[in-house]
Order: sequence, then structure tokens, then C-alpha cells
Amino acid sequence: MIRFIVKRLAAGFVLLLVISLLIFVGCEMLPGDVAQIMLGQSASPENVAALRAELGLDQPAPVRYLAWLWGIFQGDWGVSMTSRQPVSVMLSERLSNTLTLAGLTTLVSVPLALLIGMVLAVHKGTRLDRVGTIVIVGLCATPEFLVATLGVLVFSIHLRWLPAISYVTPGSGVLTLIKSMLLPLATMTIIVTAQLARMTRAVVGNILTQPYVETARLKGAGSVRVITVHALRNAIGPLINIIAMNVAYLISGVVIVETIFAFPGLARLMADSVQARDLPVVQACAMIFSAAYIGLIMVADIVAKLFDSRKESGASS
Amino acid sequence: MTLLRIQNLNLSADSGKPILRDVSLTLEHGQILALIGASGSGKTTLALTALGHMRPGVRHVSGQVLFQGQDLLRMSRRALARLRGRKLAYIAQSAAVSFNPRIRLDRQVTESSRIHHTMSPDAAHARAREVYRTLDLPTGEAFYNRFPHEVSGGQLQRFMIAMGLHEMPEILVCDEPTSALDATTQVEVLKALDTGIRASGTAAILVGHDIAQVVQVATHILVMRNGEVVERGTVEQILHHPQHPYTQRLLEMHRGFDAGSGTMADTAAAATTAAAVSPSDRTDRPPLLEVRDLAVCYGTGGFAVKALSGASLTLNGGEMMAVVGESGSGKSTMARAIAGLVQPSQGDVLVNGRLMERDVLKRPLPMRRAVQITFQSADTSLNRHHTVGRILGQVLTFFGERSKERRAERIRELLEQVHLPADYVDRKPSQMSGGEKQRVNLARSLAARPDVLICDEITSALDNIVAASVLDLINELKRELNIGILFISHDLSAVAAMSDKIMVLRNGEVVEQGPTAQVLGAPRHPYTRLLRSSVAEMRLGWLEEASALHRSLRDELGA
Repeated sequence: MIRFIVKRLAAGFVLLLVISLLIFVGCEMLPGDVAQIMLGQSASPENVAALRAELGLDQPAPVRYLAWLWGIFQGDWGVSMTSRQPVSVMLSERLSNTLTLAGLTTLVSVPLALLIGMVLAVHKGTRLDRVGTIVIVGLCATPEFLVATLGVLVFSIHLRWLPAISYVTPGSGVLTLIKSMLLPLATMTIIVTAQLARMTRAVVGNILTQPYVETARLKGAGSVRVITVHALRNAIGPLINIIAMNVAYLISGVVIVETIFAFPGLARLMADSVQARDLPVVQACAMIFSAAYIGLIMVADIVAKLFDSRKESGASS
Repeated sequence: MTLLRIQNLNLSADSGKPILRDVSLTLEHGQILALIGASGSGKTTLALTALGHMRPGVRHVSGQVLFQGQDLLRMSRRALARLRGRKLAYIAQSAAVSFNPRIRLDRQVTESSRIHHTMSPDAAHARAREVYRTLDLPTGEAFYNRFPHEVSGGQLQRFMIAMGLHEMPEILVCDEPTSALDATTQVEVLKALDTGIRASGTAAILVGHDIAQVVQVATHILVMRNGEVVERGTVEQILHHPQHPYTQRLLEMHRGFDAGSGTMADTAAAATTAAAVSPSDRTDRPPLLEVRDLAVCYGTGGFAVKALSGASLTLNGGEMMAVVGESGSGKSTMARAIAGLVQPSQGDVLVNGRLMERDVLKRPLPMRRAVQITFQSADTSLNRHHTVGRILGQVLTFFGERSKERRAERIRELLEQVHLPADYVDRKPSQMSGGEKQRVNLARSLAARPDVLICDEITSALDNIVAASVLDLINELKRELNIGILFISHDLSAVAAMSDKIMVLRNGEVVEQGPTAQVLGAPRHPYTRLLRSSVAEMRLGWLEEASALHRSLRDELGA
């Protein structure tokens, strides 16, 4: 087991290195020059060249890549080209916002989705299942901006219960914080719960058609026992992977929701930085997103392995 | 009171197609009723109703299933659940998929007692161990607490039997309990089942695929066909005085084999004549197929597993060689290596004296044509969206037949060779029966005009009667086309009567080979004797003899 974990960690690390190269090359290929953008169209070529030298952009690409990589190892993500702040400072604030939102969404949506998915799987083919599935598939197909906009329309503009913009300022009270986060939280919970519930229904539903479930039922096991004793431990492997993908999505893929609610999260920081050609920030965000994906999927694999009786160490114990 | 009474039961598929028609039966205490019939005859569906269970897609039309006077099909789910596992127990066909892969075996065997609160954990523990001993399972707590993938197929099926017997049920329903096992293991599991049922005194319903096997255990037999009861009676009645022509046909197929290989004197005589004839037959022509010292390894370096080591054989035109052995013995690996589908690590394959490239992709067209292989499953071999004409036409085009008329002509000829009507050319696989699909599968191989035809378990997925007709066809093709046939099978009885030569494989090694009559008439290797004694014989008392013989042969083999 420990060997497995070490191997996965090493593989994850190598993968991150490869991704860092891809990110760097990708940023190199972005059209537009940061110095030109910062100084405007009318800047003289001399001024542009001077700024390029100051920003270190006149160095050859491999040198800049290695310097950037070396910096990351030391916790130095570089300096933002537009705000001249250290990237790490900009990140830490945004990262904690994003993690709070993602964490809360996960806490609500995962248990909810598992419950809904399993109930639908047990009642497969009944009216409950058909109605539930239509609702879930409908929600999956609904774009997040529509859910978000409807939420704003009803709760902020019509009922005036919640703020339309969730701008979190450090030091505001807990109640304000919760209030300001409620709408983005609800939007993301609806989307993620629908996705996860659909997958859970498929995974558990598939397991319930297995011959060993028929065997359990013919031993007299009821639905609750079939699910908790027989189905769930076989579903954990696939489910944990689906959950990991969804959490990774919550960290990196919520730019639309963040934009609509003007929520100061990581995804929006990245989108803004791409527009401003602020490459150190873009690269840092991309690295964090990649690390989140790789890390979460690695955790999922390890958890799945822990629950798999076929692991090497399980033999005849 | 009658234990189980099924009255005028009619079941249908969702589509309305009848599955069971007006079936009635009774089961008394101590009776063991065998249900026999081809697949699709409704025997498994009928057996499951004794548990009050209908699989998805099956509908109750009319009739009753009365267990101690209560109708199981009208009972609430909760009441039914209270009977299942406790009064009505089930042994599934394939233990490999019917055990939960993530739960230790002992926990699954004793689960009924936790569901129904019938025994204290200690009592359940003791009861399970008592049954394990009855069934001749290896002893030891560590063994009982293994996961399903950590024990052999035969052991797993015995755990399944232990699970069924755990609560000392009134009725035990066994759905083809041995059909998923190797022939040699079937005897041992059948014996365990017999011992287990007798020790607990339960009544049982036994769904069987091999009539010779079920008569060893059963007291009564019910023969089914297309959802109807054809004939019923005690084992003696059915065995010695079958009334219905269908029952007689079922029995004859087995008698045929017993007569063919059972009389030692005949086969020994045949062996000597065969030996006498062959030298005069010998000419300077190289054999049709010659395999020299073929070995195959899977994996590389320290992880390499030897799947086949040092197999050699020769095969002439018009000859059929049976390759037998249990799963994992390397027989399919050998077939695939000869066909060039896996790379041998050493050895040569020669057809008509010409050395074949090891990799089929490197074989030029005439070389590929020479060796053709037919696989077990016609369903996965044939493209289900194509018509028979297109399936066969593609092979002809591949081997260079450009003229459309000549292709059509050849397709007609091929269909005739495999005894299919000419209008099947427009059919798709879904419009044909299993046996017909397998004939098309054969025609696909024959389309290449091969010199050597390899048949890899092509009858294993077919019912006995259909399989027999496919075997007859192969025999006929062998003579008419004068091709060499390599027939891979795990079932000795299927091939013994009609093969000229036989090769017995075990753990990747050839343990014995030679003329069939000689090898089976006087087997030298204990493993051949084990295989030979695993073929069920249609007489009472066979199981006792066979399992006793098995025990001594297993000791001799040291396994």
C-alpha cells in the first residue's frame, strides 16, 4: 500500500513538471506583449524595450522557464506585471475564498447527491425515478449562468433577501459573509448535485443489476441492507473518482459563477490576468488548478484502493 | 402438506411472448427434482419462482406457486424476504459473479443468520464450519475468511453451496450449479452438492444442463421444452422408460458417447488397426500442419508466465485433432500462436512444409489463407449490423475475389456446406439462432479455403443437441474438404467420439498425445484418466465411483 502511494506521488510530481512546461509554452504562445499592453499603443520602441528588460522578458525562454520553476520550489511565484505585487500575496487571498466556497459546496452537495442518486437507483423504472431523472438531467443541461441569473432575479432583485454581488471584504462579520456567499453557493450546489446524483444513479444502478445483488436479495436482504452492505462498498471506487472530478471543477472551473457574482475567487483572477497578459499570475493559477486536479484524483485513487479487497496486501489475511 | 405445489403457472415476457405455459409440479419433503431442457426452455425461470422471484422482464400471467399453502407470487415483499435465505435458499449458476467481490466469504455464507436473526453469531460460526467440513472444503479460519477471488472456482462453488445450506432450508434451488466449472471440478462439486443435500435432508430443485450429471443427484426429473412440461417421472422411469421422443433424443446423445468410448476392447482394437494403417499411408509429402516445440510466454522479464511450453504436433488433411484441457491449460494460447495471433517465444509452425511467419500481420495473403480460426462466441465474431452475405463477401474480397457473380456463387456454396438455406444470405445475426450463427461463423472461416481450420471451443456456448449437430457438420467438412482440423475443447465428451488424434494439455504442458482410441482407451497419464473419468455416464452410481477415482488420481497428481 505504501509503495502504491509513493508511486502515485512520484507520478503526480512528474506529471506536474510536464504540465508546468506546457503552461509555460502555452503562455509563450499567447499573442500580445505585456510591455506593449502596459505602455499603450503610442509608446516608443525604446520604452517598450526598456520595460521588457526590466521585466526580464529579454532573456531566452528556457532560462526564464527554469528561473520560474526554481522560484516555485522556493515559494516565490514571481511578481505580477500589472499590479507589481508578489503573486503569492494575490493568490493567498483568492485561494482562501475559492477553497471556502468549494468546501462548503462539497459539504452540502456530496451527501445530498449520493442520497438522491441511491434512492433513484433503488427505485429504477418507477415514477419517482422517471420524474427525478428528468429534473436532474434538466438541471445538468441548464447553464450555470442561467441558474445564477435566476437566483439574482428572485432573491436579490425581487425579494431583496440577499446581495446580488458577493464581494467579500476581509474582516466583515460572519453573518454578512454567509449572506454574501449564499447565492453562489446555492448555484454551484444545484449544478454539482445534479451532476453527481446522475452519476451516482448510474453507478449504483449498474451495481444493483449484478448477480451478487440478486444473491443477496434471495438471502432475504432488504433494500437498505442491499445498498449499505453490498452495493456501497463496490460503488466507492467509481464514486470517489467522480466526486474528485467535481471538486476539482469547483476549484478551477467556476469562472462564470464568480464573474456573475463578482466573487473574488481564483478562476476570475486567472481570467482577468489573461486579459491583462499578466503571465506570472496566469501561470501560477494554471499550476494551482493542475495541482488540484492531480492531487484530488490521486487521493481518490488511494481511497478507492483502500476499499479494494484485491489489493496485494489483502491476500489471505 | 405438500411442500411446494405449482399450479397451472403461466409466465410471459414483457412483450407478451409466453415463457412458461400451464406448468404444474409438486415437490415433497426429501425429493430432489431436476429440471432439464435446452436453454430457453424456461427451466431457470421456473426454478426461480420457487423462491417467489421473477427476473426483470418476466411477468406473472396466471397460476400459483404455493409454498406450504401460501402463494409466493402474491406475497408482500417483506413476507417473502422473511422466507428467503431461511426456508427457501438459492445456489446460483456462477459463483464467480454471484458472490460480492468485496466481502469475505465466511461473512457472506453466514449473512442469512444476521438478516433473519435465526442464530447467535457463535452458532452461525459453528454451523458454517460444520457445512464446510461436509462439503470437503480445506480447513482453517484464514481460508474461510478469504475474498472470493482468492479461492479456486470449485472451492467458490462449494462456498455457494454452504451458503445455501446454512439455514437448513426447506427447499434449495440450484441453478446449473456446475455448468460454469471445468469438467474435472464438476465431478467434485457435484459430489459435494449431493453430500450436502443428503446431510441436511432438504428438498431441492436442480436445474441441469447435463442430464447424465443430474440423474446422479436427483430423485425425480421434469423435462421441459419451450416453456412446457414434456415429461415427468422418477429418475428410474425417465432413464429406463422415456416416453416422449424429445426425452429419448436427450438420452440418446449421451448413450452415443458412452458406446463410443466406454467399450475398451473396441477402442483398443481400433487403435491397433489405426497404427497398422498409418505407416502404409506415409509418403514423402510433408504433413499438412507441423508444429515444433512451440512455447508462449506472457509478460516479460521476471514477470513472464509460461502459458505453453514445448508443444509439438503433426496433422494431415482429413484429420481432426482434439486439444483438451481445463481453463488455463494453454490450449487456446496454442491455437492463437499457430494462427499467428500471439507471438511464440520459441518453436516453428509449418503448413505443407512451409515455415509460417510468427506474426499474422507479416504473413502474406496465401499464408494467411492457409490457417483460419473460428472462435467460441459467434455473437462477438460476427458484426451484428451486417448481413450474412456481407460478412462472407468481405472475406472473399479480402482474399482477392473481384467478380461479384463469383462471390455470390461462392457464398451460396458456403451456405450449402454449412447446411443453411440460401436465403439466409440476407439475414443478420440477430435473426438467427445460436447454432445458425455458429454455422455462419464457420462459413466465414471456410470462405478463405483454409488448409487448417482451428475451432476454439466453438460448441461450448451451445445446447447439447445443437452442439452435436455442429460437431457432425465439422466431421463432414473434414472429409469433404480434406482439411485438417484442430478442435480445442474443455469438454472431452464433445470430441472424443469423432477426433482422430488427441492432445491433452495441463498447465501449459502436453501430458499425453496420440490416436484418440489409444489415448482414451488406455490413458497413461493420471491427468488423462482424471479427464476421462470426469465425463458423466448415464447410469446410477457413476458419481460415487467417479469421485472415489478422482480422489486417488488427485493424490497421484499431487494437486
